[in-house]
Amino acid sequence: MNTIEREVDVLVIGGGTAGPMAAVKAKQADPNLKVLLLEKAHVKRSGAISMGMDGLNNAVVPGFATPEQYVREITAANDGIVNQKTILAYAENSYAMIEELDRWGVKFEKDETGDYAMRKVHHMGTYVLPMPEGHDIKKVLYRQLKKTRVEITNRLVATRLIVGDDGRIAGTFAFDCRTGDFHVVRAKSVVLACGAAGRLGLPASGYLFGTYENPTNAGDGYSMAYHAGAELSGIECFQINPLIKDYNGPACAYVTGPFGGYTTNSRGERFIECDYWSGQMMEEFHNELSGGNGPVFLKLDHLAEETISQIETILHTNERPSRGRFHAGRGTDYRERMVEMHISEIGLCSGHSASGVWVDEHAATTVPGLFSAGDMACVPHNYMLGAFVYGRFAGESAARHAQEHGHARVSASQIDAERNRVWAPLLRESGLPPAQVEYKLRRMVNDYLQPPKVTRKMLLGLERFEAIRDDLELLHARNPHELMRAMEVHAIRDCAEMAARASLYRTESRWGLYHARVDYPERNDADWRVHVQLHKNAASEMACFKRPLEPYVIAMDQDEHAAYQKLRIHKEAVPA
Amino acid sequence: MSFPTFSLAQQRTSVPVRIDDEKCIADKGCTVCVDVCPLDVLAIDLTRGKAYMAFDECWYCMPCEKDCPTGAVQVDIPYLLR
Repeated sequence: MNTIEREVDVLVIGGGTAGPMAAVKAKQADPNLKVLLLEKAHVKRSGAISMGMDGLNNAVVPGFATPEQYVREITAANDGIVNQKTILAYAENSYAMIEELDRWGVKFEKDETGDYAMRKVHHMGTYVLPMPEGHDIKKVLYRQLKKTRVEITNRLVATRLIVGDDGRIAGTFAFDCRTGDFHVVRAKSVVLACGAAGRLGLPASGYLFGTYENPTNAGDGYSMAYHAGAELSGIECFQINPLIKDYNGPACAYVTGPFGGYTTNSRGERFIECDYWSGQMMEEFHNELSGGNGPVFLKLDHLAEETISQIETILHTNERPSRGRFHAGRGTDYRERMVEMHISEIGLCSGHSASGVWVDEHAATTVPGLFSAGDMACVPHNYMLGAFVYGRFAGESAARHAQEHGHARVSASQIDAERNRVWAPLLRESGLPPAQVEYKLRRMVNDYLQPPKVTRKMLLGLERFEAIRDDLELLHARNPHELMRAMEVHAIRDCAEMAARASLYRTESRWGLYHARVDYPERNDADWRVHVQLHKNAASEMACFKRPLEPYVIAMDQDEHAAYQKLRIHKEAVPA
Repeated sequence: MSFPTFSLAQQRTSVPVRIDDEKCIADKGCTVCVDVCPLDVLAIDLTRGKAYMAFDECWYCMPCEKDCPTGAVQVDIPYLLR
């Protein structure tokens, strides 16, 4: 096994959604820059949208919504804990990004006059734009990468960021998951776009890779940002999604809602006013599942044949196309049977909720030269379009930083230490198989962290995660592929500890099920209308602290603030 | 009747990705399914010149099936979920 060193100006880690956009935008900002896109899998089919996407969940299109309305909606959906400037920056650049993607060849649904065919799914505004032919989006991105001459390396697994002697970012360490070669990539600026921490909780099926998120996104980015000294935010605001039971993909109410489909209980009755995914909605979902009216279903069997065919075409060719195969195996036909739903395992993902690396409205993290975008960057409810918009910000910011700075100095001892850590599982003659350690770790995550959260259980969870830290020293990999799984276990363990510590720190309940604490059942705005930040402190310990909210740039009235707290449908009392 | 003996426990598994050897053209140099897999779980058996699933770590996402030029790949839902 060799050590391979290379030097670039801008390094983008992660070739899924935000990453390719960042690389293209950095190159467009300055074609003289050497821009490298480093991907763990293969850029053609990597990330959350490997099979495309069936719609935009947060399109701010003139005539249907304004940036200000969108900021109000997300401020309410995320229970007030937002840096509004970051959401506003997204919203103001949302439409320009849709138009650019349209020019690049991404197909959005339009009406007979050529206008975007917007649909309402959110509680207040209209932000959903269907993409029934959205399966080619990765191909469109790939063409742009080739056109702008971005360099690409596939099958390199980034393990830790390189931090310069002066605290600036200096590149990344990585290894090749086929040869085991160790890579040292030096860069003037780095964009982290590694997706969600999707392999945190264990799906109820027990299948390690049957996760909601693409399981390649194991939380590597969260772990790397943490070890580089970056602040993370909102980690306690878990991602939990309403999914098809066992299949673990979306059912999907965003697609079916505008056609007349909806979520029901076992009696076929609606119990939530709005199918938009929020912690408050998930709490009602959880209540219904565990109450006498459970389980929960997606109801489509009342719709007309042509509507159901159309829904099938969209759902069985986009995002998670094996959905149709799953239904066929269970004998579920949308025409005859409601689709049984369940709640997902926990994860960390700002694309859906709010957990991520702290970024400002230019995608800058708290580490000089390090930028972040996509599911792992804290811009609440940012979804795919937010990944593109912040990918653009990150690419442009990283290009500017690379123009203004040289390479940071790096000590040789840092390189040796990381190479020893990465190669250790391959060099050991025997030890623990990575899959076994991962299974136990993620089962403990379910046992101790799955909401409703209980203080004593989370403390016990921390003890278990500490014990598994010792097991990391025993991991044994028989080949570079197993080494990839072994190093992912390191990242998953870091994310589990972060999830426990951030949840313990916020001693109130907020965001419905995402942070429902049994010992602190009430929301406490007097003490906790703040961000909870997590970082590695001066003593190299994992620590949390409060960061005050920035003053809102868009004023909220009381009704708007409370809009997402009234999601349950209450039946009118029947006169006797 | 005699049974085989085993030296060390080996977990058996039914793998979700099936390759039709008749259709697979890995022996002609094709590696499309191996290239596109997000989890890098497919490999080419060099002695037979055919693709196979080397690791049971599947997201049943289907690029391997969709991008295969000869239709040799079939992705089943993993048994635990089926």
